Amino acid sequence: MLLSLYRSMRSYRGFILGSVKREFQSRYRNSLFGALWTVLNPLSMIVVYTVIFSQIMRARLPGVEDGLAYSVYLCAGLLTWGLFAEITTRSQTMFLENANLLKKLSFPRICLPVITLLNAGINFAIILGLFFGFLLVSGRLPGMALLALIPLLVVQVIFAAGLGMLLGMLNVFFRDVGQMFGICLQFWFWLTPIVYPLSILPPGIQHIISFNPMTVLMTSYQNVFLYNQWPHWPALLPLLIIGLLLCAMALRLFRQRVGEMVDEL
Amino acid sequence: MGHIRVTGLAKAYKQYPNRWSRLLEWLVPFSRARHDLHWVLRDVDFEIQPGEAVGIVGVNGAGKSTLLKMITGTTQPTCGHIHLQGRVAALLELGMGFHPDFTGRQNAVMAGQLLGMQVEEIDALMPQIEGFAEIGEAIDHAVRTYSSGMQMRLAFSVATARRPDILIVDEALSVGDAYFQHKSFERIRSFRRAGTTLLIVSHDRSAIQSICDSAILLENGRLAMRGKPEEVMDYYNAMLAQREGQIVRQEMLANGQVQTISGTGEAGILNVRLLDAQGRSLEVAEVGQPVVLEVQTEIRQDIERLILGFMIKDRLGQAIYGINTHRLDKAVNDLSAGERVTFRFAFDMRLGKGSYSVALSLSRLDSHLDRNFEWRDYGLIFHVINNRQEDFVGCSWLQAQTDITRSSAPLAQLTDTESLP
Repeated sequence: MLLSLYRSMRSYRGFILGSVKREFQSRYRNSLFGALWTVLNPLSMIVVYTVIFSQIMRARLPGVEDGLAYSVYLCAGLLTWGLFAEITTRSQTMFLENANLLKKLSFPRICLPVITLLNAGINFAIILGLFFGFLLVSGRLPGMALLALIPLLVVQVIFAAGLGMLLGMLNVFFRDVGQMFGICLQFWFWLTPIVYPLSILPPGIQHIISFNPMTVLMTSYQNVFLYNQWPHWPALLPLLIIGLLLCAMALRLFRQRVGEMVDEL
Repeated sequence: MGHIRVTGLAKAYKQYPNRWSRLLEWLVPFSRARHDLHWVLRDVDFEIQPGEAVGIVGVNGAGKSTLLKMITGTTQPTCGHIHLQGRVAALLELGMGFHPDFTGRQNAVMAGQLLGMQVEEIDALMPQIEGFAEIGEAIDHAVRTYSSGMQMRLAFSVATARRPDILIVDEALSVGDAYFQHKSFERIRSFRRAGTTLLIVSHDRSAIQSICDSAILLENGRLAMRGKPEEVMDYYNAMLAQREGQIVRQEMLANGQVQTISGTGEAGILNVRLLDAQGRSLEVAEVGQPVVLEVQTEIRQDIERLILGFMIKDRLGQAIYGINTHRLDKAVNDLSAGERVTFRFAFDMRLGKGSYSVALSLSRLDSHLDRNFEWRDYGLIFHVINNRQEDFVGCSWLQAQTDITRSSAPLAQLTDTESLP
């Protein structure tokens, strides 16, 4: 089954790549600053959080003195969380948004999740590139531990893709899913140590938050960028397993319900 | 290549009594089905040989579009199988997936990609696509500046840039101007000549009869009939009239043609004859000969108004001339049972040579759809031969009066008259 999915994707690679390019272009076609907006959005968020938390509320990271360290900490979490949020929210609406295409044209439906993933990947690559530039200029570029980003991102994308596709399928049949996930994502963001360090929480709550699968991932990113520290790999295993399970569930649901889904759109 | 086989095809949509029942059905393990199935297509079987052209007819909601969608693969069948050989192109939703902010050329590339083509292939086809669409420089302008006709021209050109093994058309050709309609129809015909299998949904009798080898009639989601286009179209017309609970019967005539008779039967046709000026019965008429079409009818129940209509059709079943006594202001009123009414229509046989049939209808009003007493196809078959007039081609003798002027004016004179183009 995976093989047949791969084959249909391969024969439609022109469509997939074309759609990715088109989406990227169409986003900036009639705007003056174009791709700048992709960067300005997270940048404004980073500025706001940096000002509020590190300047106004005087939050300090344990063991680090300068204010810039907090910005790096924030970016490490915020930017990678952004990738996760983009994949899941875009995936959950991808079938609904392309309802016309799905209802009227015949093409391998698996192209849509792939296009969503690639688009999110491109946006993330731009932002990550700029972040690296910032680290380089400010002389905070970590060392070899940066290589850990690759497996970390792979695990994250598997988790996000599985969850997103599952939500995308369910959202066609139960439109409440989309609304509910929007709210859940808000809570999830604040229950993950992204804006604040885990250490500022009382031990009881720390314990609870460590059950959040995103906690270990975000902490790993922060350790890589801030302390050049390799992740604790076994701690990531549960997230990988959950991610693979979600992907398997999503593919199973996709295979069973893709026909019914078109009827429902 | 181009073979289509459909076996036991059926499509049902799930209908849930309320929003929660789907959730319950999904979540409760081993739960009973909590939905009703709404069948739109059932037990459809047919086979189309490579190179064959088949028309699909049926009233709205008969399941035509659903059938085509399943054949193209947009919708999955609930049961049954579709076996296709070769590359399928569908002209179902022209211009779908066009992005208004991109140029025609970019959109053509994207549309091609949606058909599974690679960029290099599309680039190679691009000059041909541009040439066929004939939208000039607009190809490099954003599609949002296009008229709907231009969009449709471009979409058609892309969809038919490569000759498919199977072409599926859903009345898409009714858009666009007359010129492009002709042009696109010609392209479909040329595909057909080159061996493409054709599947057309249309309500246009002449389109189906002129291009199809056979037709399929769908009725309430079931395959009601498959046969020659004329027979199926006749049956379809009769079926439309049948909606008032009339009887439809088809009989095989001596010449192998199938005659369809339908109607409520308050009045009926007894005899139809073609007569010459002396009142002798004719089977063969000369081009230009004055003739009389005589129809004898019988009134079986009291009726307030009777209209007789006739239509002369050519060998392919295309209408050549049709008229009725309502349009001729010759309605007959207040008839009682047992009466006989004879109608005579005199005209000159200004038709081309060939064989023709006459369809007749007895009804209360202008249209046979309301109170159809009797509808009869192939009520009469006659031939037209041409021994007396000039040898012309076509179905209509227009008797051109010819006047030819020759002059040997020197060319130099032309330069004097500036107004000449």
